[in-house]
Amino acid sequence: MRDKLRKIYIALIFLFLYAPILTLIVLSFNASKTRAKWGGFTIKWYLSMFQNRAIMQALSNTLIIAFLSAFIATVIGVIACLSMQSMRRRGRALLMGVTNIPMLNADIVTGISLMLLFITLGVQFGFMTILLSHITFNIPYVILSVMPRMRQLNPSTYEAALDLGASHVQAFFKVTFPDILPGVLSGFLMAFTMSLDDFIITHFTKGPGIDTLSTKIYTEVKKGIKPEMYSLSTLIFITVLLLLFLVNRAPAGKKEKEVTL
Amino acid sequence: MNKKLLATPHIVWSVAFILIPLGMVLYYGLTDRTGAFTMAHIITIVTEEHAKALLLSIELSLISTIICFLLAYPLAMMLVNMNMSQHSFIVLIFILPMWMNFLLRTLAWQTLLEKTGVINSLLGFFHLPPLEIINTPTAIVLGMVYNFLPFMVLPLYNTLAKIDKNIINAARDLGAGTVQTFFRITLPLSIPGIISGVTMVFIPALTTFVISNLLGGSKILLIGNVIEQEFTQAGNWHLGSGLSIVLMIFIVINIIAEAIFDKQGEETAS
Repeated sequence: MRDKLRKIYIALIFLFLYAPILTLIVLSFNASKTRAKWGGFTIKWYLSMFQNRAIMQALSNTLIIAFLSAFIATVIGVIACLSMQSMRRRGRALLMGVTNIPMLNADIVTGISLMLLFITLGVQFGFMTILLSHITFNIPYVILSVMPRMRQLNPSTYEAALDLGASHVQAFFKVTFPDILPGVLSGFLMAFTMSLDDFIITHFTKGPGIDTLSTKIYTEVKKGIKPEMYSLSTLIFITVLLLLFLVNRAPAGKKEKEVTL
Repeated sequence: MNKKLLATPHIVWSVAFILIPLGMVLYYGLTDRTGAFTMAHIITIVTEEHAKALLLSIELSLISTIICFLLAYPLAMMLVNMNMSQHSFIVLIFILPMWMNFLLRTLAWQTLLEKTGVINSLLGFFHLPPLEIINTPTAIVLGMVYNFLPFMVLPLYNTLAKIDKNIINAARDLGAGTVQTFFRITLPLSIPGIISGVTMVFIPALTTFVISNLLGGSKILLIGNVIEQEFTQAGNWHLGSGLSIVLMIFIVINIIAEAIFDKQGEETAS
């Protein structure tokens, strides 16, 4: 009985979390242009979205910014984790405190603070300003997932590599990097996701000529969302779902093998 | 190669894109158009319009935080007790919705909540009274809970999963009942998770302007809406910055509280 109640509770929470997603998936097959009524089943939005240049442009902006910002944040974050290892306690605590500000601060404050910076510097608002902002809020997510891995490292292996004649760079890539790789990957993925889902900071740091999917959707809210948006996000969601399913299955099999060994 | 030199890119980045921009918010918030020092922008928070928005924001975000906590705590305990072998799987389930755009997900609640929406059609089918909450503060609370619940579940799940089962068993052996074990062992040990969960829900809920825009109609103004309008429509950066400083005060208080609780947690742990 208790077990049953437990399962019902968990199921209800998941229903709550996934009901809007289900709604969007259903809407993507809705032949009627408004979301208020059901006009029959269609897949035409899935075909017409590829012809919609504005949507495709926003999609490519979103993906390029997400990839670049996650990649650059990962590089800076990993280097920062390396350097923090040899720092004194107080210096490290101070730097970590500053690093975490974008994560703890309200997005709206981060957004307007960067906006004011770019205005003062006279930087033209556009792709670069969005990219710089996304790197800034992505760095703490990378550090957060790489740092624990870095702490677990045995420093002797790195020193052993140096003793055996490897250069610092070689030792890093051959010894340290493989050990911290899971943390690096999850940091990158987290950063990519955060960038992809961001609206608020992009809203304040974008120029008039450029849109990401989020800002495009926001401008469409008043006029009515184009159905192609639903089909595009359904497609993205399903792709990620399949990818994660495949990725999750592969290591699970490997783990079992390790256990039997 | 000097390891300290490696810190340079990160330090430069943090100063240029975190500290200096925040300094600019302070500068704009504390000066007028001529550049002279003034507290006027911050003091406008007590004017009726701004105070009302701030109080409503505090009220709605507090309610949302409490609901998130009440929903998430039992859920996190159940997930821990299920002994899922794959820790990452649970994290994934909660992060996965983020791959569908946050604005679209929130907009989907419009479709669900509307007068003739999905939920009301279902209620009507069972001859139940309709739910009329769209464009009300209740809908905003729902949107906040929906969007920020994962940020409460994950830290709670992480701290609860770390609690040594032996401590709980020891409490049981020493004669504590389920309720007693919960209030004297589990709850105190999970305080770090509670604090970080509460922060991660309260701050974004307090400062949101999107959720109130999408689910509250455009009539309900939260403090986030006021600031956003100052920047994007009125173009009064000084006033917008001044109000942001007020928000930052809340954030700083929250961070300090978190630091104090964290220290206490460390001390009791050691």
